[in-house]
Amino acid sequence: MKQDESAFMSRQRFSRRLFVKGLAAGGILSAMPKLLYANTNDTRLGSAPVLSGQEINLVIAETPVNFTGVTRTATTINGSIPAPTLRLREGDEVTIRVTNRLMVPTSIHWHGIILPYEMDGVPGISFRGIAPQETFVYRFTLKQSGTYWYHSHSGFQEMTGMYGAIIVEPRQDESIKAGQDHVILLSDWTDEDPMSVFAKLKVQSDFYNFNQPVVGDFLKDASTLGTTGALEKRKMWNQMRMSPTDLADLSAATFTYLMNGMTPAGNWNGLFNRGEQVRLRFINGSSNSFYDVRIPGLSLNIVQADGQSVKPVSVDEFRFGPGETYDVIVEPEEDAYCIFAQSMDRTGYARGTLSVRPGIVAAVPELDPVEWLDMTDMMGAMDHSAMGHDMKGMDHSTMKGMDHSAMKDMDHSAMKGMDHSAMKDMDHSAMKGMDHSAMKGMDHSAMKGMDHSAMKGMDHSAMKGMDHSTMGHGNRSNSLAKPSQTVRHASTEYGPSVDMRVDTPRTNLDDPGIGLRNNGRRVLTLSDLRSATGVLDDDRAPTREIELHLTGNMERYSWSIDGLEFGQSTPISLHHGERVRVILQNDTMMTHPMHLHGMWSDIESEEGDLLVRRHTISVQPAQRVSFLTTPHDFGRWAWHCHLLFHMDAGMFREVVVS
Amino acid sequence: MKSINFIEMLKPLAIITTIAMSASPILASAASADTQTEAKAQGGEAPANARDPHAYSDGYTLEKGPYALAGPRQLKLADEHKFWAIQGDRIEYNDESESGVFDLLGWYGTTYDRLTIKLEGDIANGRLEESQTDILWSHAYNAYFDTQLGIRLDQYDEGIDRQWLAVGLQGLAPYWFELDMTAYLGESGRTALSLEAEYELLLSQQWILQPRAEMSFYGQDDIENGLGSGLTDTALGLRLRYEITRQFAPYIGVEWTSKFGETADIARAADNSVRDARYVVGVKFWF
Repeated sequence: MKQDESAFMSRQRFSRRLFVKGLAAGGILSAMPKLLYANTNDTRLGSAPVLSGQEINLVIAETPVNFTGVTRTATTINGSIPAPTLRLREGDEVTIRVTNRLMVPTSIHWHGIILPYEMDGVPGISFRGIAPQETFVYRFTLKQSGTYWYHSHSGFQEMTGMYGAIIVEPRQDESIKAGQDHVILLSDWTDEDPMSVFAKLKVQSDFYNFNQPVVGDFLKDASTLGTTGALEKRKMWNQMRMSPTDLADLSAATFTYLMNGMTPAGNWNGLFNRGEQVRLRFINGSSNSFYDVRIPGLSLNIVQADGQSVKPVSVDEFRFGPGETYDVIVEPEEDAYCIFAQSMDRTGYARGTLSVRPGIVAAVPELDPVEWLDMTDMMGAMDHSAMGHDMKGMDHSTMKGMDHSAMKDMDHSAMKGMDHSAMKDMDHSAMKGMDHSAMKGMDHSAMKGMDHSAMKGMDHSAMKGMDHSTMGHGNRSNSLAKPSQTVRHASTEYGPSVDMRVDTPRTNLDDPGIGLRNNGRRVLTLSDLRSATGVLDDDRAPTREIELHLTGNMERYSWSIDGLEFGQSTPISLHHGERVRVILQNDTMMTHPMHLHGMWSDIESEEGDLLVRRHTISVQPAQRVSFLTTPHDFGRWAWHCHLLFHMDAGMFREVVVS
Repeated sequence: MKSINFIEMLKPLAIITTIAMSASPILASAASADTQTEAKAQGGEAPANARDPHAYSDGYTLEKGPYALAGPRQLKLADEHKFWAIQGDRIEYNDESESGVFDLLGWYGTTYDRLTIKLEGDIANGRLEESQTDILWSHAYNAYFDTQLGIRLDQYDEGIDRQWLAVGLQGLAPYWFELDMTAYLGESGRTALSLEAEYELLLSQQWILQPRAEMSFYGQDDIENGLGSGLTDTALGLRLRYEITRQFAPYIGVEWTSKFGETADIARAADNSVRDARYVVGVKFWF
């Protein structure tokens, strides 16, 4: 705890200097002339104007903004931050005219909306972008309902203000009843030019990290853990040239965190009537910030994730990355509550107030202490005690005369409870590259004639109680019932673009992540989420598996997939209508919110059970997450990390559906 | 003289750090040999059965295949951009001896290939005594090191200018040691080797203590330039800087320089000092 306290104190000292909480007013200085708004409806204090109907006009221009005491130029849609909330209706065909009043090309991407690829708004992939002074007409039919958002997909325009909420009302009656309905769009703002921020990271990737391990931390650790303990704690990090405090590339040293375009000092205020249910549509529209959101005193009842209904789950707190959305129902009883969204690196927060009338405030919590990444984040599920070949509870003594020579790359990951007592004459001499790490409870009672003498490089360390009695040897389709756990690094992961690879990833989804483990609050994890009945409409088994590794080199500040940045990559080809499994393995120490355009990502458990439908999946360090997808729409689509700098550095793939 | 005594008290600290520095690559390789995990997690050769990163492309590219936009590829991200920086690692002056040092580095290029220019020089008695300019192509060798290939131009106020071919390795060694090792081949079979190591000890987020060591070797005598063969000189420095910003940090420090072998003899003959210890004041910056 001593270390935590010191870290906290040092952060406090810095936060006072570095964390710009903003001006009370905040926001656009001179609002755009009224005539630029299409269909302007009521505007709530600090909230975006709402546009609805089937015809919408948006104008993109530069407007002055002042969040921190200095005036800067923002890139805005209809002159507001956030951009107007688009309230649309499921089943409607909408026509959205986007006019570019910038000096450079622009674009708008409708994040999470299923539509034809030409309407997806990614310059260079879906279309050519919107040239200065041009108007591009987006036209598509809404096939879904829920909370989504829209943002520029050009350069760093999103980071300078181009983001807004989309609410698609269900065609049928809204099943989620709430007296009040507030969009809570979290974002981040820097007074610096984003490209110069990026260029700084190219020179010094820890430029904005002011929570680095210092001599004092070591001395404190030495007094509690002993010198050896303190050295041991740092050994692997220092040896591998990795920082345990590398939690975010950008911190409050440059960011002011915003809630509905308001600084913490500006204190966005949402109202409710006592006794009614309030629906909060949380959208992480930030460029580079993960937020940990809670409302002290209230349980957050999660009812939708990425716009899709889930079986309600009640938590105290949730973490979400750029691109993700959560719809939350709360039942406030007091006069005022603080909506508190601290950044994952604990350098600052966005904050607003829910109250029964304007002007009341609730206490703002302290930031949590900075936690160091641990070995789970670096190495995944590595367990030294289970390494080696100390197979237990297995009896191979009577195995005979089996021929497994055609077995390759099998995944026995979920096998449990083995009994090999009747195996005879087996020959496994040609088996290679198998991973039996998670086998449990197997029964081999009908196996005969096995010979294992020439098996090499197998690791049966975690096998328990196996049953092979009904195995169809040589039948590979069985291996697709569950996601493969055999780690297959790409050949391009061994070069200068990759600073580490994870050989023992963790596949459990019940980890809230660094800084949220054991914090005394109930924190949402991916394993808590179950799509509501009817959401997962495709129960076909996958016919093939695609494995991609999220990679990077922090020292060079480069981000990639399989060690290849976008410019070096080739597209992922998907076949129209196929059911395909994608495994994303994170070989870095940062969490990456991976957003696949144009189709849903149906997350499955390590056992292959479908869990929840998402459009953006945050993959934690050293984690291996599997999802199924069905490409229903032809065309070329983007697939990238939604941390804007990671995307722009090259953690980006094109997808071809044909 | 009092100040020199205080400087001498600090010297053991610098020596210990230097030993640690020179030993670090050895320690690191030893460490990675006996702990497989780290060795496997970083670097290494791709196994023969490593996954083909283009295996899912069906032969399509970013420019070709169904639904590709016509014409040259429009979407280019930062991985295809070029960046640049100018870093002043040591810009320092000692008023007492009217001597100073500048040590600048500039680069331009992509993540993996850069034009790198290193400029280092000594000022004595208010005049540029000597300077060394390396013009190099830096190419990423692995995650943390670049190979460097190019030329070095030496300029002497009193002496003979020399030109060299340069081959080097620069990067970050395990345990966060910054290393810069360059071998040189000059005219008439001249050879030289220069080694530099730095470490950053964070006393706080802004107070940083930087031990630094530098060694030069020459393959043959270069009497005109006051150099003998073998180890010619070493410099040990200890600098304490305060980062007003990440990009601008004034510092104070001490530096011990020593000449060895014939180089030392030449210095003695010219009535120049062989060992020197002095305070330095300077700034470190980049933009």
